[in-house]
Amino acid sequence: MIGRDIRKWFPILHQDINGKPLVYLDSAASAQRPVQVIEAIRRYYEHDHANVHRGVHTLGARATDIYEGAREKVARFLNASSADEIIFTRGTTSALNLVAASYARSVCGPGDEIVITPMEHHSNLIPWQQAARATGATLKAIPLSPDGTISLADAEKTITDRTKVVAVTHVSNVLGVVNPVEEIAKIAHRKGAVLVVDGAQSTPHMKIDVRKLDCDFFAFSGHKMCGPTGIGALYGKKSLLEKMEPVEFGGEMIDFVTLEDSTWKDPPHRFEGGTPNIAGAAGLAAAIDFLESVGMDEIERHDREITAYALARVKEIPGIRIYGPQENRASLITFNLGDIHPHDVATVLDAEGVAIRAGHHCCQPLMKWLGASATARASFYLYNDTEDVDRWIAALIQTKEFFGHALG
Amino acid sequence: MHLDELYKRVIMDHYKSPRNRGTFDDDAVTVELNNPTCGDRISLQLKLKDGVIEDARFTGEGCSISMASASMMTAAVKGKTVQEALAIADDFSALMTGQEPDFEYEDILALSGVTKFPARIKCATLAWNALKKGVLEHANH
Repeated sequence: MIGRDIRKWFPILHQDINGKPLVYLDSAASAQRPVQVIEAIRRYYEHDHANVHRGVHTLGARATDIYEGAREKVARFLNASSADEIIFTRGTTSALNLVAASYARSVCGPGDEIVITPMEHHSNLIPWQQAARATGATLKAIPLSPDGTISLADAEKTITDRTKVVAVTHVSNVLGVVNPVEEIAKIAHRKGAVLVVDGAQSTPHMKIDVRKLDCDFFAFSGHKMCGPTGIGALYGKKSLLEKMEPVEFGGEMIDFVTLEDSTWKDPPHRFEGGTPNIAGAAGLAAAIDFLESVGMDEIERHDREITAYALARVKEIPGIRIYGPQENRASLITFNLGDIHPHDVATVLDAEGVAIRAGHHCCQPLMKWLGASATARASFYLYNDTEDVDRWIAALIQTKEFFGHALG
Repeated sequence: MHLDELYKRVIMDHYKSPRNRGTFDDDAVTVELNNPTCGDRISLQLKLKDGVIEDARFTGEGCSISMASASMMTAAVKGKTVQEALAIADDFSALMTGQEPDFEYEDILALSGVTKFPARIKCATLAWNALKKGVLEHANH
């Protein structure tokens, strides 16, 4: 039911853009959602909404069940030990910011180190810059090998006994590199550091097992995996979450309050001040159900196959430049087409109904490393098929012809 | 939506053969501006004397629209007083909101098609924002 067949569940994909059937190749920026998710949100607002963890009334209980049920579902989806290890956030960015603002600032001091990589999205870079600045810690990067991967030998050298936090992306949103986070976790733990994994690009495409990875924190966003925008989660080991101070204060997160002082609830509620995104959690739970009904293994297999096909086809185009490793890559292809600026490529493709991303992909240090001010990116998901790839290739050839004439 | 409305021949000509591309060896007002959402970058240099833009040059990286717009902007403001140049920049803003002002340097009108591609307006305005920043910063010195 994957590929073309699964599209029946995605109303947004059934439209023409600029007179051509839409080919959506920008799922790495944000995926589309199936009717099951849209319906879950609608059902929640039409039948079950009230505030959570407060009212004695029936709707309050239903809303609480839906919200906490979603937390249980996320915990199972990631294979966490318990739902108490799942904090709902606005997405990956706010999840990583929470770890940086709470955990890192409490454990780091002058002379300590925070280790990242040059391929991090700005959301897994700037929070650590800020934490290092606030604590006097040093921010270090594991160097990139020429093919854009990181080697365990380099990780071993960069992570030292002074390292308190290692933060790496599971899958690069530009290079498509899949990082060996399980091995990096072992190195980090041996040196007494924790490992924070940015799972924004991996969670939609592969089975995640946080206990097998043995990472200490893991962040992801709902909207990249067919869920709603504005909801994501942070997984954190219970023993670490229990030691962490909240960074947002207010209702919902307190235990006992006097005019002078307050105490906090236990994790995860300690980190969820204010009325949460209940509808978002309902939608995220529906997205997990949807993905699991297809099967995460099946999605991974499909995404790999379509990316391999796309890679083989796009290489046929003279003058194309592909960034990142040729093997073991996630379902995205970052490229440049001769001297044609990626904005111009994206505009011509859009006129053909093909949606791709162009720009620096929130990875300015990586762009500098690649020696490109901007790149174009096509990314694939469970609703894409080889016909989409063929339309993309045809549009790229047209782009070349158009700019050949326009510049000729 | 027709691509030819965006990529007019005049625009491609400025992209392929930019006017006033380069830098000055001696003193000039220099302003760097980038477009954080896409990575386009311009470095604009202005030779200002007695309130007149005697010369202008630019370097940068960006798409055809941003670089063509930079080329046209430098051609349009060379020899103009600062006030005249700012007035042309205002007219350009008006052009980007769908109005039809007149330009002495008529090539600029080719950029009117950009308004049909809202995602690209910021590409076209980058160089003009650099111009405004440059003359205003100079005036405040």
